[in-house]
Amino acid sequence: MAKHIIELKNITKSFGSVYALGGVSLHVDPGEVVGLIGDNGAGKSTLIKILAGVIKPTSGEIFVNGEAVTQWSPARSRAAGIETVFQDRALAPQQSIVRNIFMGRELAGRFGWLHLKKEVADAERLMREIGFTSKVFSPSSIVGQLSGGERQGVAIARAILKQANLIVLDEPTTALSLTETAKVFHFVRQVRASGRSIVFIGHNIHHVYDIAERFVVIDRGRVAMEKAKSEVGSAQELIEFMEDVARPQKAAVGETV
Amino acid sequence: MSDIAKSNAPALAGLHPAERPIRKFLIANRAALGSLAVFVAMILIFFVANPRVFSNWGLYAAVLTTLPVALFMTAPQVFVVTSGEIDLSFPATMGFSSLVFAYVVSAGYDPFIAIAAALVVGAAVGFSVGTLVVYGGLSSLVATLGVNFMLRGIILIITNSKSIAIPQLADSAAFNLFSSDVFGIPVQIFWSLLFVGFCAMLYTRHRFGAHVHLVGDNPDSANEMGVNVNWTRAKVFGFMGIGAALAGIFSTMINFTWWPTSGDGYLLPVIASVFVGGTPPWGGIGTVLGGAIGALTVSFIQTGVVGVGLSGFYVQFFYGLIIILSLLGHRFNQTRYR
Repeated sequence: MAKHIIELKNITKSFGSVYALGGVSLHVDPGEVVGLIGDNGAGKSTLIKILAGVIKPTSGEIFVNGEAVTQWSPARSRAAGIETVFQDRALAPQQSIVRNIFMGRELAGRFGWLHLKKEVADAERLMREIGFTSKVFSPSSIVGQLSGGERQGVAIARAILKQANLIVLDEPTTALSLTETAKVFHFVRQVRASGRSIVFIGHNIHHVYDIAERFVVIDRGRVAMEKAKSEVGSAQELIEFMEDVARPQKAAVGETV
Repeated sequence: MSDIAKSNAPALAGLHPAERPIRKFLIANRAALGSLAVFVAMILIFFVANPRVFSNWGLYAAVLTTLPVALFMTAPQVFVVTSGEIDLSFPATMGFSSLVFAYVVSAGYDPFIAIAAALVVGAAVGFSVGTLVVYGGLSSLVATLGVNFMLRGIILIITNSKSIAIPQLADSAAFNLFSSDVFGIPVQIFWSLLFVGFCAMLYTRHRFGAHVHLVGDNPDSANEMGVNVNWTRAKVFGFMGIGAALAGIFSTMINFTWWPTSGDGYLLPVIASVFVGGTPPWGGIGTVLGGAIGALTVSFIQTGVVGVGLSGFYVQFFYGLIIILSLLGHRFNQTRYR
């Protein structure tokens, strides 16, 4: 079996006395699209923030290409080829598109002086690549002046700047128009075609079903289900399972069995 | 309009209007240019009010001797404010590092060694302040105010509030290099302008400046993208300490004397210069060049008001007036994007 590009093992995270994650394991293989599903507050965002190095897990292990890592941080996560498009997009609204795209990985010489011309050229190329161009704005435009979909475009452009192995998209279509959503899906298919892996987090189960090959359902900090698309059959089945999970009594009965 | 666009099209094909050099320059520097306009308008008013006094070079030379001290602290303070913090401890840092300078010179060492010692002490004090604020999770406004009092207190305790005269500076190579005149122009102004230019480059074209912007704009995003937010903030305070040390060294060299109050008078003018120059108080954006022009404006107010023939009592009134008018002007120039 090929090595998992990333594997989280028995991850727990408590905020004070509240357990957000109670021992979750998740792995991603090269070239696969994983759909991460769960209700609000299930722990999806906490899990991907741990994956991105933003939140430190209370316990658990992280493996990159089969090797255990210590001192996991956002910079290390990105260096390992994991790019995350966060739900809030993680942009700096008063800065230019260029500065946002190169946030945290500025192109600079040995003494830290920026290669601004190359940054602008790269930003322009990226924006064309993902079909995100306009006569209204340029790479020097301020991100705060852009619409929601355009901001999502900047966040996505940043994620594909380097040849990432894994792109994590946290609710990428929330608050987007239909055409903007279609653009995001077009982008996901492009990434998949290029052989890179994706973790796709979404509320809309039809969307996730269309795009993912394997589904992980998270409920109250635990993995409630993990199945390949071939085992699920239809989006309806996923939805029914989610409705089942949402009923507290039934879940409790299930646990005692 | 469309005809113009067509006629320009071949030459600037593919270039977005906002990417054209002149327009790009104007957009990028509009706050600094606004500050410059305020300064020019003020000088014009002074000149019209009293042409005789304001055509006298001596008046400008006097400002050019004291302005550099403010510039060494205004430019780094722009970094601090852009990072979303504020540093009110720099006057005491200036006093303390120049005290080290005065001690080392008095002890008979070469002034260059004294300068190096003062810079190291300034950086260390600034960095300690930054560490306290950042890793202690304190409000920089209050914590640095506290440090300013405490450090000034230490200065007064260890010197018994006595000044230190260092006349031996007069013949030194360091004095000739940093504190003499060139064709009647005080040489400090060249050094301080060099420093401002360096700061402006650091601010717009260096990774440090980029991180300062990002941290002040949205620290959570910067952190998520791998920028070391706390370390960037701590470095900003260290940089402020270096600026304060430079200011202290130059100020002591001008006077041949270190005063226990050294730096005290700069607290409000430097802070005012940053905001008059067009750096907004909320962080994320700012302008070093604007800050320098702000310092120029602020240091001319006193000279100007007296030069026009008004009594010294008017100075404070005009300080306030210029600050408020500048803020109103910048208000129309700045939109805060969230």
